[in-house]
Amino acid sequence: MVRFFNALGAPVLAFFQYLGELVLLAGDTFRSIFTHKLRWKLFLNQVVEIGLLSQLVVVITGAFTGAVFAAQTFFQFNKIGMGSATGAVVSVSICRELGPVLTALMVAGRVGAAMSAEIGTMKVTEQIDALRALAVYPTDYLVVPRVLAMMVSMPLLVAECIAVGIAAGYFVAIFMLDINGTYYMANMVRWTRNRDIIMGLSKAFCFGILIVFISCQKGLSAREGAVGVGRATTEAVVNSSLAVLICNFFLTMLLNIIYPAGYQ
Amino acid sequence: MIEAPPSPKPSTKTNLVPANSSPMIAVRSLVKRIGQQEILCGVDLEIASGETLAIIGRSGGGKSVLLKHLVGLMAPDAGEIWIDGQNIIGMNERQLGAIRKKVGILFQSGALFDSMTVEENIAFPLREAGERDPKVLHAKVEEMLEVIEMEGQKDKMPESLSGGMKKRVGLARSIIRRPSCVLYDEPTSGLDPVVADSINRLIHRLQQRFGMTSVVVTHDMKSAFDVANHIAYLHEGRIYFYGTPIQLQQARDPILQDFLLGRSEQGVAATS
Repeated sequence: MVRFFNALGAPVLAFFQYLGELVLLAGDTFRSIFTHKLRWKLFLNQVVEIGLLSQLVVVITGAFTGAVFAAQTFFQFNKIGMGSATGAVVSVSICRELGPVLTALMVAGRVGAAMSAEIGTMKVTEQIDALRALAVYPTDYLVVPRVLAMMVSMPLLVAECIAVGIAAGYFVAIFMLDINGTYYMANMVRWTRNRDIIMGLSKAFCFGILIVFISCQKGLSAREGAVGVGRATTEAVVNSSLAVLICNFFLTMLLNIIYPAGYQ
Repeated sequence: MIEAPPSPKPSTKTNLVPANSSPMIAVRSLVKRIGQQEILCGVDLEIASGETLAIIGRSGGGKSVLLKHLVGLMAPDAGEIWIDGQNIIGMNERQLGAIRKKVGILFQSGALFDSMTVEENIAFPLREAGERDPKVLHAKVEEMLEVIEMEGQKDKMPESLSGGMKKRVGLARSIIRRPSCVLYDEPTSGLDPVVADSINRLIHRLQQRFGMTSVVVTHDMKSAFDVANHIAYLHEGRIYFYGTPIQLQQARDPILQDFLLGRSEQGVAATS
């Protein structure tokens, strides 16, 4: 019986310990942001790495998601004579859900993995100890520029994904599905409100913070050489993706109170 | 602890160094456990300003662990570490920053930043200290490259350097801010005898040129005898012997003899 409770309790304790480490890292990082000088060069490098170099992935994701979503929506709606409402459904869905979630998943895979692998390699090759020994606090040098760059880049990437997704949906609807462009646009503009865009960008900001802290924490806690770095990288991507999907539900419920969906 | 013949200085924790020199580093009853294993079981050590101490001992005996404690990279379970008159136990990472500016460390692997060139690696501490003038940075890097005898190699990436070169660049990076003390973690391990000798000469030259206190962790006896004023033998988590290189050579203790002559227990059993 004791063994059963031990087996049950150990993962729970490990989970709470992990959450605690994330919170401590976040607290340390925000304290550092407000009390120490920012390394602008590192910050701009990270903006390029996270924002600029992720654009192709995000644009392709947004374009094909918007296109296929427009097609599927039209196939269903057309049966009940509501084909011209496709634009509104595509636009609102991409703004509120698909844009932020899919962008976050792509960024977790591309940027989160790179972050945890880079920091993890530095950890196991004593480069982080070397930073500390040279009186450079690793959070200031490694985590703060990444967190700030993610805060800036993620909403811009999501905005780009939303714009490209809506545009792709429009082109598919007009040129492939023969929906009337005027009705499509009129419905889309009528049903898409500023609050839908604000909700998408708010989610983007939150997802960016989740991804960057989970990835940095995994990198900083990497152990046991190449295997440890590989494990940290995998866990960073898996944990970030799961965190994004789980938090998305709660954010949707919360933000829907502040920014209710629909025409009001 | 073994007393060093023939005119042994009592090797107690209060009298490990000449009385007329103030200790740069003092370690008191240091205890460190990793998991169930007690790595350090009450280490007492003092290192005077300007001296070179070699800490020798068997592989896995806790030498590197002891060295990392001296710069606050590891926290002990008990004991005190005094650096230049300040007890560093209980200091947080930011408070340790001030101590770490006084104490440089050369890691066993060199621990160079692999995304930076040799020049960027060496200039890193100065840049982090706020130095932005490219001319000043360039001049200081050139001076360091001359000290480590690696002129003309500033544009190389760490991956294209040999093991000895990485250690020398790591050393240049750790001394460019002129710390009062440098800690060397296995500076000659994995190097051929000629390169190892060049590293030993470099350590000796740095001590003479800049008057730095040096702590060299090694199991390379030639290196220890070449560079050290004093040698401490770490055995089973304690300082087992402390004395000069000559005193160590004259010691008759079987444990020291086995280590000096490189005899394993099986070897002793086979010859007896």
